[in-house]
Amino acid sequence: MAEILIRFVVGGLVVSAFALLSDMLKPKSFAGVFGAAPSVALATISLTVVKDGAPYAAMEARSMIVGAVSFFVYSCVVSRVMLRGAWPALPVASFSLLLWTACTLGIWYIALR
Amino acid sequence: MLIRAELGVLRQTRWYEYASRFLFGGLVTVLTGLIAKEFGAVFAGLFLAFPAIFPASATLIEKHESEKGERAGISGKRRGRRMAGIDAAGAALGCIGLVAFAVITWQMLLRISTTLTLFLATMAWCGISVLAWFIWRQLLPAN
Repeated sequence: MAEILIRFVVGGLVVSAFALLSDMLKPKSFAGVFGAAPSVALATISLTVVKDGAPYAAMEARSMIVGAVSFFVYSCVVSRVMLRGAWPALPVASFSLLLWTACTLGIWYIALR
Repeated sequence: MLIRAELGVLRQTRWYEYASRFLFGGLVTVLTGLIAKEFGAVFAGLFLAFPAIFPASATLIEKHESEKGERAGISGKRRGRRMAGIDAAGAALGCIGLVAFAVITWQMLLRISTTLTLFLATMAWCGISVLAWFIWRQLLPAN
């Protein structure tokens, strides 16, 4: 339980810090770079090294490459749809998470499984 | 266009908007740990690059920029959506750096200390993302 609580607080703080930075920066395209900050990874990897060791965390980092490639595809699609101005952000960004999931699981199935 | 920081923007954000990001960030970090416990490191690692707070951030940008547009007497909704789209384009550039972060962490974690690895990986993420942004700006100056 303590471990879950630590993960929650550390994760929340790191993600919030990068989001705050993104809010402040202009122009918006530059601020957007911080939307893909390695916040969850920074919060998770050090905790994983302490608990399960460096080789385990390194294996997680290798899989993270797949997640990052899918994030690229996801943000390209969201950007293109949003720039047309036809749909609101919440359904577009939320529904597109299915694309991230499909892309990630697809590459995982082919390359890492 | 110059890169700048506007502290005044932080006052536009409501407390529950900060809280929602904290909540999503915390939940995804916890979820990654639980997935690792259940399915192992290879599967859990995929979620280290999950766009956890992206929908919440895009909605916030759309809302704030729409309000700004309406105050200026222009079509707020369209402006808000366009700005959210520009922000997402920036995130795509950040993802190039994110791949570099993952590769460096994977390769260096077994060779040097965790702190130094994460420091180098974060610097690589930052440097590569900013470089990608500058190149993108040169190619598409309208953004």
